[in-house]
Amino acid sequence: MAELELGPVWLSLKLAAVTVIVLLLIATPLAWWLAFTRRRARVIVEAIVALPLVLPPTVLGFYLLILLGPAGGIGHFWATVTNSTLTFSFAGLVVASVIYSFPFAVQPLQTAFEGVGREPLEAAATLGATPFEAFLRVASPAALRGYVSALVLSFAHTLGEFGVVLMVGGNIPGRTKVISIAVYEHVETLEYAQAHVLAAGLLGFSFVVLVCVYALNRRVPSVVRP
Amino acid sequence: MGSLVLDVAVARAGFELVVKHELELDGITAVYGPSAAGKTSLLRVIAGLEEHARGLVEFEGTVWQRGDERVPAHKRGVGYVFQDGRLFTHLTVEGNLRFAQRHAGRRASSMATKVSLDSVVGELDLAALLPRRPGSLSGGEQQRVAIGRALLTSPRLLLMDEPLSSLDVGRKREIAPLIERLPRTFGVPVLYVTHNVDEVARLASDMLLLKAGRIVASGRVADVLERLDLDDLGGAQDAGAVLHVRVESGRGEAAALRLKEQVLHVPAARAAPGTPLRIRIHARDVALGTERPRGLSIRNVLQARILRIDADEPTHADVLLEVDGQHLRSRITREALEELGLAVGKPVFALIKSVALESTSLF
Repeated sequence: MAELELGPVWLSLKLAAVTVIVLLLIATPLAWWLAFTRRRARVIVEAIVALPLVLPPTVLGFYLLILLGPAGGIGHFWATVTNSTLTFSFAGLVVASVIYSFPFAVQPLQTAFEGVGREPLEAAATLGATPFEAFLRVASPAALRGYVSALVLSFAHTLGEFGVVLMVGGNIPGRTKVISIAVYEHVETLEYAQAHVLAAGLLGFSFVVLVCVYALNRRVPSVVRP
Repeated sequence: MGSLVLDVAVARAGFELVVKHELELDGITAVYGPSAAGKTSLLRVIAGLEEHARGLVEFEGTVWQRGDERVPAHKRGVGYVFQDGRLFTHLTVEGNLRFAQRHAGRRASSMATKVSLDSVVGELDLAALLPRRPGSLSGGEQQRVAIGRALLTSPRLLLMDEPLSSLDVGRKREIAPLIERLPRTFGVPVLYVTHNVDEVARLASDMLLLKAGRIVASGRVADVLERLDLDDLGGAQDAGAVLHVRVESGRGEAAALRLKEQVLHVPAARAAPGTPLRIRIHARDVALGTERPRGLSIRNVLQARILRIDADEPTHADVLLEVDGQHLRSRITREALEELGLAVGKPVFALIKSVALESTSLF
């Protein structure tokens, strides 16, 4: 049995955790807007959000590489502010993962908010709650399943990504070498034993997480419907 | 008491509401009209929930809307009881009530004292419901909680959108007296939307009649209902009149309702002796005679005088009567009209079934 390399494992978990936190912060207000806006621009925004679902990871990774590179808009800004590059760094991986997993966070939240509907929010307003309080104390508890789905799906999706990470992050041990890339490298170099340890580990871990989440989700009382 | 100034328009696809009106709100004011007349939209405009509203909304000197500048709903101090209750299902009944108390605590209120949880729980009999979830409540219980929740915001104005429409007759009878008492108990004027003319007569002192997005009549309930064309009253079958009466001593199951000189007998009174009531009597439940009938199962025979006869219809005539200074309507066939030789100014006897009083006017 080959020794388990913990470096890529920790890096993957860290990347997934940070990505999920950033995602929930960005995706929640956007999902809220999408759920309740009456503007026609909504269709365009929805299409943009869903793009990572259909684009090959290499296409996404290619544009991200250009955008995040020192010559690209975001990369240049980052370089002047932090004096480091975004490409081939952990921060760059986070940016790429956030974009890549965006629909997996936005869509469950949007569906959940739409399920809550305007009615309880109007009721909250007539009871004196500000829109933010109505979001926090009425819509969010009612949309709990949406939050759980968004969290799990984007975490699992980030753990499993490969193409975008490879394009943007490369393969730098301790910085950008996540599990999926480590597995790829082991297979390329015919180190099947090491590949097995990581691959089976990721498989087992993903399965256990999903089982836990589905079990937990079942116990969450149905708050959307009476 | 409060004055409400409205000069607003709501335009949506296939619907238009245009209202220019000043209201003195005192007690319960009914907003009555057929479905799709814009009753709910009017309430939503006043509450600040209607995005498409343009114009002026002013309450007790506070401007709530001017043009498309709106004071948001949560700052208006308006309580709203929705038709479907809209209780928060993730909270218990107590959680719902405390939600209202907590958020409304900050906003300005015309009330000298805040409405307390105890007073609402007591008045609406909610104590046993407090730990329960809204999903486990009956329709009537949900509406009681919804009313209590709206009251706990210590509102300056309480808006109610058909709160009884989804309830059966038994629940209506149980909740109607609670609603009737709200203005006095909590010192808040009520705007009450309904498409049920019996509810208007039972609960409201004043009313607005809304038709196709316009206010077509307003004033005291008895005056407006009497002035109305029959088809305004949701179909000719519903034509009738409102009588103001006072409950006299009830004898067991039977009770007497006094007009002025004369008395109506009903199977059972729902209020204590001395209570003033408004009852609505359908025109089709009132028969006429030129002399006092004998040997008849009908117990209510009132002396009346004919004020007006509408005989436009080929089959029947509507007779407006004066009884002890109040108005009553009777619907009789054209044949009866001619056989009895009825004419304006003639004295007649109006015959009303007690059962009719029980089943229609008292819910």
